[in-house]
Amino acid sequence: MARVVVDVMLKPEILDPQGQAVQRALPRLGFEGVTDVRQGKRFELEVAGPVDESVLARVREMAETFLANTVIEDFHVHVEEEAIR
Amino acid sequence: MTTRVGVVTFPGSLDDRDAQRAVKLAGAEPVALWHGDKDLRQVDAVILPGGFSYGDYLRAGAIARFSPVMETIIEQARSGLPVLGICNGFQVLCESHLLPGALTRNDHLHFVCRDQRLRVENAATAWTSAYAAGQEITIPLKNGEGGYVADARTLDELEAEGRVVFRYLEVNPNGSRRDIAGVTNAAGNVVGLMPHPEHAVEELTGPSTDGLGFFTSVLKKLVS
Repeated sequence: MARVVVDVMLKPEILDPQGQAVQRALPRLGFEGVTDVRQGKRFELEVAGPVDESVLARVREMAETFLANTVIEDFHVHVEEEAIR
Repeated sequence: MTTRVGVVTFPGSLDDRDAQRAVKLAGAEPVALWHGDKDLRQVDAVILPGGFSYGDYLRAGAIARFSPVMETIIEQARSGLPVLGICNGFQVLCESHLLPGALTRNDHLHFVCRDQRLRVENAATAWTSAYAAGQEITIPLKNGEGGYVADARTLDELEAEGRVVFRYLEVNPNGSRRDIAGVTNAAGNVVGLMPHPEHAVEELTGPSTDGLGFFTSVLKKLVS
């Protein structure tokens, strides 16, 4: 078993009102010095068998067509080191 | 023969009954379509109604877009089938790439529900021929993710080709770029908008009857 992680973030030019709301709340809670917050999504895919280039290609295809809307979002795929169970 | 207008029900659709009712008031026969069934039951046009299909999981419209019924709708829309997407239906059409751009969280983060003034910018689509270009109408608007966004090039292209069909007047209720409330594809058979014409078809229940023209437009097109 291996874990492939897909991170999805709104493109920099797309307004992120949720991230802004979080950023504005921080000083009220005593957390100073954060000038910007962007909120995204993280998908953890448990993949059967070894993760080779063809598996990663399929995951990128999955991200491109479904997990992210590439009109407004960017995605990043990476393999996570085997989790300690 | 009566004109048959299909209304898709996804799990989580809310306004499918209202859309069916609007179709009936316009003089056509509403036909219920099911998300899990590829068969369009020989309808002449399709409406994707408002609501929260699949709970808005992942992104609004993202899962509905891959439902069996959408496979057939996407294919037939490309060859001219009139399709109207209202609110969540508009989100599904953008996710399907039948319409450009995307809908994002309202810029003020609140759910908005109001009677919204709009200008009909394009009265030549399958769903707007009952209006005059420049006509102002008032229909309800209710959404949490209604901010229309697209890159500047796409927006310029839409404006240049007259594909902005509706624009918000007085207030921009959700941060939509260039006050865009609805757009069409190049052929004019696919239209999507955030406000709800199906809630403005009778004096008793709506702020106006300004929405009825959507349904009479498509009927007129199909009969002629």
